[in-house]
Amino acid sequence: MAGQSDPYISLFSAQEVEFLGEDEMVEIVPNMRMDPLNLICGDFGPFRPQIATQVPLWLAVALKKRGKCTIRPPEWMSVDKLTQVLEAERNSLREFQPLPFHYVEIARLLSDHARDDIPDVYMVRSLIEDIRNVRFHKVETGLETIHERTHAVKLKNLSAMEANIVRPFVVRALQAFYKHDSPEMIPQPDTTAIRRRQVADRGPKRDRRY
Amino acid sequence: MASGSEEGSGFPADDYESLIATTDVELLKRAWRNEKAAPEILHFQTALVQRSREQIQLMEETVEEFGENGTDPLTVSLYQMDLDRTQFLLRSYLRIRLQKIEKYMFHILKTDVWSRLSEQEQKFAKRCTDDMERHLEQSVLSRLPDGYQSILKQSVASEEDDMVPEPRLDTFVFCKSKGSIEAFQLDDSKEVVDLVADDLYILRYNSVKPLIESGQIDLV
Repeated sequence: MAGQSDPYISLFSAQEVEFLGEDEMVEIVPNMRMDPLNLICGDFGPFRPQIATQVPLWLAVALKKRGKCTIRPPEWMSVDKLTQVLEAERNSLREFQPLPFHYVEIARLLSDHARDDIPDVYMVRSLIEDIRNVRFHKVETGLETIHERTHAVKLKNLSAMEANIVRPFVVRALQAFYKHDSPEMIPQPDTTAIRRRQVADRGPKRDRRY
Repeated sequence: MASGSEEGSGFPADDYESLIATTDVELLKRAWRNEKAAPEILHFQTALVQRSREQIQLMEETVEEFGENGTDPLTVSLYQMDLDRTQFLLRSYLRIRLQKIEKYMFHILKTDVWSRLSEQEQKFAKRCTDDMERHLEQSVLSRLPDGYQSILKQSVASEEDDMVPEPRLDTFVFCKSKGSIEAFQLDDSKEVVDLVADDLYILRYNSVKPLIESGQIDLV
């Protein structure tokens, strides 16, 4: 998407969003003994073989990379659950299904680093991909409802990565509408929203020609 | 106002959540996100930065000790990772602020935004503006005709300081509310919205600014 390289336009880089996602908690089953860790971000452990414990994702991945634990994928990351989510996602035109705020990043990190701990990892991956696509399409259709009197947009259940990607466009669109919003424009139902949108799209180009 | 008011606001009833939310790393992360997403510079989190610095220093000493007393290298590397993550947050937080100061220095200098800066930031802003003023003076302004030599105005005819870049406070931001806020008034319109806890909203920065300052909503 345009503008992603510009730190002022796209606020968070993909790595920064991932960084935030790495603080989500997951359950691991260690295969070694280690004393509790008293970290700045919290206390975790003790770690005992075969005894499950909760740690942040970054810690889980670090241990996993060294072969010190298995990661228990979160409940929503099963083929069953994801199939249901995908179906519901397809059946509902406007609403987003509740998924963790960082589901994209969690799924990516786990399927990159803990492939052997996720049953049917390829299926899970492709389901996540499908869900992302359906949701994205929905975001795009949803944007068409933005019009000149839009003061607030509610995006229930939109995830961190999704929000970050649409942000540059949405913010600019809302700013443009806000700027061109003048009292003599009396909103008419239905068609006006779409017509105005096209006008706004063409606006900048026309300006440049003059 | 830094951290005190934030901690007072209503956290979700979930015990575990609220326990996590009160660690300084969590507060720092919130400050970092807010600072990154807000168009203008926010109040410097003096107490929080101070505490984070102390914790980082303490942890650096601990990691060093570990290295000396032969602690298991895995444990040491995990402590180091935690340290790196916290340092990243703190550095990034301070850097975004410096970027904002550089961008809006003249605006900051002549408004009460000045009081939101830390002591060091104020020194930095002062030096920045001095240098910039001197540079513009020498390279351009001194060669312009009388009446066009102000650094803040296009010409003496300008009533306002029209050459000072200002942050756009009417821009839109993505935010999440921690608790539910009913019938929240959107500044210049007559519209009200009910903010449901944990839902994502896009609202005008101007209208939610007080809620950010009181810690009731977070920018994301």
